[in-house]
Amino acid sequence: MRVQEAAFDPGAELNRFSAAQQNAGAVVSFSGIVRDRPEGGLLHMEIEHYPGMTQSAIAGMVETAVARWSLADALVIHRHGALKRGEVIMMVATAARHRADAFAAAEFLMDYLKSRAPFWKKEVGADGAAWVAARDEDEAALGRW
Amino acid sequence: MIDVLYFAWVRERIGLPRERVETGAETVADLVAELTAREERYAAAFQDLSALRVAIDQELTDFSAPLAGAREVAFFPPMTGG
Repeated sequence: MRVQEAAFDPGAELNRFSAAQQNAGAVVSFSGIVRDRPEGGLLHMEIEHYPGMTQSAIAGMVETAVARWSLADALVIHRHGALKRGEVIMMVATAARHRADAFAAAEFLMDYLKSRAPFWKKEVGADGAAWVAARDEDEAALGRW
Repeated sequence: MIDVLYFAWVRERIGLPRERVETGAETVADLVAELTAREERYAAAFQDLSALRVAIDQELTDFSAPLAGAREVAFFPPMTGG
C-alpha cells in the first residue's frame, strides 16, 4: 500500500504484482483517472489527504479484504497533490485463486477507498475551484458489504 | 491541550490546517460548541454538522464521542477518495 505524490505507471505495477503471485489464478485491477468536469475546463485536480490516517485506514481495508476473500495479495496505490486531466490517481489490484473473489475484493476496496479513506478532491478551473461533493450513491454502496 | 486538525473546505473556512486548543470539553460536540462560540469563522465551518465527519486519533467516530485521552481531533467533509 502506498500513498504518494509522485506519478506511477499502473501497467508496470500490475505486471510486477502479477509476476509475484505463486498461488493465484486470478488478478483483477482497477485504475482511477482524472476526468474533466461535465462542463469542461478542468485545469487540474488537487487531492488533499490526512497523512497517517490515510495509511492506517487503507491498511485496515486491505486487511479486511484479504481475510474476507482469502486473497493471495492486494495492492493499493493512491496519489495526492495536483494532478492533470488524464493522470492516474490511484489503482487497486487483487489476487485470488478464483476470479469471483478477486473481483469482489477489488470492488469492496474501491467502495471503501471512495468513502472511508481520508482524501478530498478539489476541481480547479480557470473560472474558479470547487470541492467535489461526496455522492449519496457512494455512501450507499458500502451497504452491500 | 489537544491538536485540532481541519481538512478541505473546513480548513479553508477556519483559515488554518491545525492548532493546539486548551479545552475542558468532554465530547466532540462540546469542543465544537466551544470553537463555534469563539469566532464567526468557526461558526461558518461548523454550521451544519451533518455535512461533517470527525476522527479522534485518526479513527472515524461521531460527535457524541468522549474526548478523554484524545491527542488529536480532526474535522473534515465526507471523503472523496478513489
